[in-house]
Amino acid sequence: MNEPLAERLASDLDGSFETLVREHQDRLFGLALRYLGSAADAEDMAQDAFVRAYRALTSYEPARVRDLDLRPWLTTILLNVCRNHVARPARRAAVSAVVVDDSVALVADRRGEPEAQVDRLEAAERWSRLVTALPPAYRAAVLLRHLDGMSYQEMSAVLGRPEGTLKAQVHRGVALLRAGFEAEERGHAARPAEHSPGSRHFPVPTVRTQEAMS
Amino acid sequence: MTNTTSTGAAGEHHGAEVEAAIAGIRVTAPATLLLRTLLATGLADAYATMDSPAGPVFVAWNTRGVSMIARAGNPGAFEEQFEREIGRRLERVQALPSRLGRAVARRLAGDRSVLIAVDLRGRSPFEEAVLRKALEIPSGEVRPYGWIAAEIGRPNAVRAVGTALGRNPIPLLIPCHRVVRSDGHIGEYSMGGPDVKRRVLTAEGLDLERMEGLARRGVRFVGSDTTRIFCMPTCRHARRIMPKHQVTFGSLAEIARANYRPCHVCRPVAAAA
Repeated sequence: MNEPLAERLASDLDGSFETLVREHQDRLFGLALRYLGSAADAEDMAQDAFVRAYRALTSYEPARVRDLDLRPWLTTILLNVCRNHVARPARRAAVSAVVVDDSVALVADRRGEPEAQVDRLEAAERWSRLVTALPPAYRAAVLLRHLDGMSYQEMSAVLGRPEGTLKAQVHRGVALLRAGFEAEERGHAARPAEHSPGSRHFPVPTVRTQEAMS
Repeated sequence: MTNTTSTGAAGEHHGAEVEAAIAGIRVTAPATLLLRTLLATGLADAYATMDSPAGPVFVAWNTRGVSMIARAGNPGAFEEQFEREIGRRLERVQALPSRLGRAVARRLAGDRSVLIAVDLRGRSPFEEAVLRKALEIPSGEVRPYGWIAAEIGRPNAVRAVGTALGRNPIPLLIPCHRVVRSDGHIGEYSMGGPDVKRRVLTAEGLDLERMEGLARRGVRFVGSDTTRIFCMPTCRHARRIMPKHQVTFGSLAEIARANYRPCHVCRPVAAAA
């Protein structure tokens, strides 16, 4: 059973596909959730990505399946599915109003005092909201790098952008998040009641959207 | 932004807190995702209860088609049977998807224009051939086990045909109840025994008494002296023959002497092999 998963998928797809889902579902669901902001959409998109992966695997030659680098391959499918979902006309109106679904259990440690836990959850919620509100190109780059822990080489394969561009986008995305977080902190202190989750939190609107839409 | 290596290193340092925060928003997938995915790929099945001519039944299906039908009773027993015979994950749901539910209901009511996919993965090629052949028998008619054996090119495998039909995972939809013994006994039925088989066949419009009466008299085939065509006794064309033109035969030898040709619809020669 220590055979690589790609090897097992090539020889017995139906017998090993469940393992593939188990190994990658948290990752794909998490990426979709932070990319889209809605747990229901994220579950739909993750399911869709797995179904597309399954269909692709049934049509590939065994040699091709054996050579697949499953992590970036699945991630590419997921991001395509998410981007198509966002681009759908029916969805467009809803995109600007990002709603963060807080009903999803965080993996983050559950130890510590209840107050500390509440603080952590609150912070996690804010960071999630900020990430989801990033421009798409920065959002994908930041999520793959820091949520998923991918190398720039893998990211380059998934997103089809040069590594240098990705480093810059991650850097810029992180800077935007930090600025957004700090702006929120100040805003919170000034007028805590007027907080709106749908609004943009970033004081730096001069992102290069041309690149951002790629 | 231009010198990515140096600003990148400085950025990593400044952004460490942010990066830790992002790493802290990892989540676990909802428990439903795995099952939904397996259902959508046909690697798991769902099941629900519906009515049928044989009473309430459990119907299991996946994206490839209906995979199992059994008399509704203890869900635990059905799940065990599914595990034993099919081995995929099985999940009970409220009802069949409305389109599938309507299609199955119409098909069970005898409407052969409704096509329903059946999932026979795991059956041997022989079993699958037997079951697919049984699908061709129209509602209100029956064929002997030997007819199936001959039609699938295995004329000597009559017993094996009986075994394969006894293991039919999708009774009613795959009408194994329309296969009877050549001596006219209606034979066994995996889904509740001969009484249920009689009830289902009668509900489909088969005249059981006529069929059994002919069989008792040794009649294997029925022909018309106007068309000089012979049929299986329950073939829809045999039932149209007016009594004064009806001729009965007990064997192919008698037919050969009378010089009749076989019906193209029920292909009775296979049954005599």
